[in-house]
Amino acid sequence: MKTDTVSGNRGLDLEEPLLFELGRKGRTGVDMPDAPKVASRLGGLEREGEIGLAGVSEPEVIRHFVRMSRNNYSIDANLYPLGSCTMKHNPRLNEKMARLPGFGDVHPLQPESTVQGALELINTLGHWLKTITGMPAVAMPPAAGAHGELCGMMAIRAAHEAKGDTKRTRVLIPESAHGTNPATAAQCGFTVDPIPGNERGRIDLAAVKAKLGADVAGIMLTNPNTLGLFENEVIEVAQAIHSVGGYFYADGANFNAIVGKAKPGDMGVDAIHINLHKTFSTPHGGGGPGSGPVAFSAALAPYAPLPMVVERQGRFHLIEHRGDKGEPGEKSFGRMRTFNGQMGMFVRALAYMMSHGADGLRQVAEDAVLSANYIMASCKDDMTSPFPGPCMHEALFDDRFLEGTGVTTLDFAKAMIDEGYHPMTVYFPLVVHGAMLTEPTETESKESVDRFIHVLKSLAKKAKSGDAQFFKDAPRYAPRRRVDETAAARNPVLRWTPPAPKAQAAE
Amino acid sequence: MRYLPLGPDDRAKMLGVIGAKSVDELFKDIPQKARITGLLDLPMHAGELQVERTLGAMAAKNRAAGAGPSFLGAGSYRHHIPSAVDHLIQRSEFLTSYTPYQPEVAQGTLQFLFEFQTAVAMLSGMEVANASMYEGGSSCAEAVLMAGRVTGRSKAVLSGALHPHYRDTVRTFCQFSPVTVEHGDPVIDGVEDLAGKLGPDVACVVVQTPDFFGNLHDYTKLGAACRAAGALLIVVVTEVVSLGALKSPGQMGADIFAGEGQSLGVGLNFGGPYVGLFATKKQYLRQMPGRLCGETTDADGRRAYVLTLSTREQHIRREKATSNICTNSGLCALAFGIHVSLLGEEGIRRLAALNHAAAVQLADALGAIKGVKVRNKTFFNEFTVELPGSATDVVEKMVGQGVLAGVPVQRLYRDRPDLANLLLVAASETNTDADRTAYVAGLKKVLA
Amino acid sequence: MAERRFTKDHEWIELNGAVATVGITNYAQEQLGDVVFVDLPAAGKKITKGGEAAVVESVKAASEVYAPVSGEVVESNAELAKNPALVNSAAESGGWFVKIKVADPKEVSALMDAAAYKKFVDGLH
Repeated sequence: MKTDTVSGNRGLDLEEPLLFELGRKGRTGVDMPDAPKVASRLGGLEREGEIGLAGVSEPEVIRHFVRMSRNNYSIDANLYPLGSCTMKHNPRLNEKMARLPGFGDVHPLQPESTVQGALELINTLGHWLKTITGMPAVAMPPAAGAHGELCGMMAIRAAHEAKGDTKRTRVLIPESAHGTNPATAAQCGFTVDPIPGNERGRIDLAAVKAKLGADVAGIMLTNPNTLGLFENEVIEVAQAIHSVGGYFYADGANFNAIVGKAKPGDMGVDAIHINLHKTFSTPHGGGGPGSGPVAFSAALAPYAPLPMVVERQGRFHLIEHRGDKGEPGEKSFGRMRTFNGQMGMFVRALAYMMSHGADGLRQVAEDAVLSANYIMASCKDDMTSPFPGPCMHEALFDDRFLEGTGVTTLDFAKAMIDEGYHPMTVYFPLVVHGAMLTEPTETESKESVDRFIHVLKSLAKKAKSGDAQFFKDAPRYAPRRRVDETAAARNPVLRWTPPAPKAQAAE
Repeated sequence: MRYLPLGPDDRAKMLGVIGAKSVDELFKDIPQKARITGLLDLPMHAGELQVERTLGAMAAKNRAAGAGPSFLGAGSYRHHIPSAVDHLIQRSEFLTSYTPYQPEVAQGTLQFLFEFQTAVAMLSGMEVANASMYEGGSSCAEAVLMAGRVTGRSKAVLSGALHPHYRDTVRTFCQFSPVTVEHGDPVIDGVEDLAGKLGPDVACVVVQTPDFFGNLHDYTKLGAACRAAGALLIVVVTEVVSLGALKSPGQMGADIFAGEGQSLGVGLNFGGPYVGLFATKKQYLRQMPGRLCGETTDADGRRAYVLTLSTREQHIRREKATSNICTNSGLCALAFGIHVSLLGEEGIRRLAALNHAAAVQLADALGAIKGVKVRNKTFFNEFTVELPGSATDVVEKMVGQGVLAGVPVQRLYRDRPDLANLLLVAASETNTDADRTAYVAGLKKVLA
Repeated sequence: MAERRFTKDHEWIELNGAVATVGITNYAQEQLGDVVFVDLPAAGKKITKGGEAAVVESVKAASEVYAPVSGEVVESNAELAKNPALVNSAAESGGWFVKIKVADPKEVSALMDAAAYKKFVDGLH
């Protein structure tokens, strides 16, 4: 192991062992009274042996997690250009609202009379989402985008089966799609039929038409697509799929580009999930939690999952079971999680939406798209894009500008880390060689975007100057140098295990 | 607008570089028919104060569980969360970071995930845990699908004492898969013959302890029967604090543990976000859903962490992935991990003991009321009482007494009027002697 | 010594009597990068030409290995479970995947010989 200091620390960068290595018997970070003596009802099922958890005091816990946190990049610290992820500013008002006891400290199964405000909030957010998407219904339970996809595709399958149409087994999915699309289709029992893109980076409409048939359940299309481009023939795609009785699922991961500017409902979409953790700023938290409500067309609305909120004469009700005939939920495909949905995310998203309003939301899309195009245009002499602009909220580069330099997309990304930037999404979409998908979002100032552009252009020039080793050695200034992913996968170590007791050594 | 730094001058300059006359030119690919002319029919932007007023008014219409005595459980439990938890999860570096795809600048997230996996594995007594699922119900459904892949068999047998939301979620996830789901009638007193349902087509048996009605089980024998029959035993735990007192799923021979971690660090949140726990034996590692964090070294030989075994996941394996899950419940896993860290071995045992004692005292007090019968022989911090009338009515009347008295069983078994008088009651370290006294006095009053 | 044959999916196959040894070519392992895991079929499994016979994984990719001929698996290389890196260091020797009892030896002789495979690979650049 190579370290420059005695301690392994580097100034403010403090090395931190695993919590389990810090633990000492008898220490704790929580004081609690002794339990009153009672006659046990555990029925002799008491746990035997130690669990193995570490004993650590509160100051040690605080230091442990604070030191660890300092090894993370965050949107609060700098621009976070991960394409497809929409890393925008996370307003703290949203955090404050979600922590109001009237939202955060409410049990999901309290009597309806005691949760009218919570149901009102869900209903209000649903209204905003329906208005924004131009769709008549919305399902709130999905916990994330992929869960939303499952929700939409299950509704599609349920709708076909309700008509006795059980032969629809095939789903059309562009080759450029997020991996969640084919994975979701497979989880719903469909086979995936990939559709190629055309030379403009859009779905090949002729290929879609050629694949149509009575066994097609639907299509899953991301719009704007994963190449950062709007599918300008979206209405024709919708018409084609509808002409054979199929449904149109839209992956709304890139909704930030069109919020307030265009409505999926006017594009012939039957279902679209909205990632509240992307477009509506709920924090990503190192990988979740998310929230993925699904807006439905009238055709699919009856099959939406449970539970659902309805309003009757100013009172809000939670429909938790497949209802009686004619009641909402009668044809629901069922329940896809425990309880009512990602309430904490709902509060944050509604706070964000209300803060922006109709005028602000439109500005969000405009500024996000403007910034991406600005990056693409500014870098055009130094980097290469597989498709000409205008792009939507993501600028896509390929690795042709690195050809012959010995520098790969990965090397370029790691060099960005040394410059203080989290890399853009790399090697996705898979259909573009050495892809670099760059999404600045609307919450960056022009000066911030200019600094970022300057780094991109300078690194591109440096790569072409022939100094490949500079890139191979990056990152130098991150908390860790390049990590050995091969070793991690060949010999998986997925948890801490106590060291084997040392043999008695003579002191 | 406070979240949008660009101004008219910036926009004009940027358009100049792009070579576009207007922003709308950048949107020209959107068909005219789908474009919004003007503004959406929604309110205009609002300042913090206005938003706080509106949302604050909505929040004020709810009875916060902690505003008075509360005894609700049924898969979601109110516990005291140490102050340090919320402080730490709100650190920018945790709150506003993405999935750790660039490990060199995400060691903070990766290390806490590694610690989370370790803590979940220890508590459940299993060999390996993943970096979290959405929540308990979908975690359980993923366990059933995984059992289908591992065994190549097509039937899942669900205990009648499994939480009905978990049962329904399993049914939903499996309805278009090769796995068929069989589940029994509600088992209120904890006795059912699941081993008798084993057969050559059974992929897994799904059980819960403490079960939905609060009864405790030792599934060691069932686990042995499953192994003999080539099926997997899936053990669900919805109240993770119970693992501080009870024999773990791993100690019973579970093949998969699926649970809800909400009790530690996360809070009630009206049902979400929560944190799904998922653990299994090492031999089934490659059939696991979800992200895994592993230990390795960096180019300087320093210990480092990285997401690993990703070839199971959707972004690489696409339609052949073990699950479609992408986003999980990272920040809730962090909250869970911090709470567990603060508790430690001694704390979790103390917490579990306090919960059990609070429930025993409450059960004894309620059972002493005329017409009220505690149905459980065993329980941890939740039990089922039989009331002389409709539990739904009693709960509603108890709201008038300022007490959230529990969850009527029929809320989750709508089609079972014969269960109308059953009430699930949970107690925890947050309930005081005064809470219990208020419950008893209130219940006597509404039953009178 | 038995002659080696090759497929367009970059597998090699060598027939000794009724049993053929199958692996991936050196070219294939170079394309994959560091192999971290190989999922092999159990002995006794019947496989058909063109069907999925194994999966070979690197850190960022999983690739199916298709059966070059039909037959029954008689042995899979247990060494690969412990040391998947063998596929990189010895793709065409110790890093073999499976031994197949071949249904029809003519399926083997119909594949490319070493010279034809070399020409095929050269044509890919």
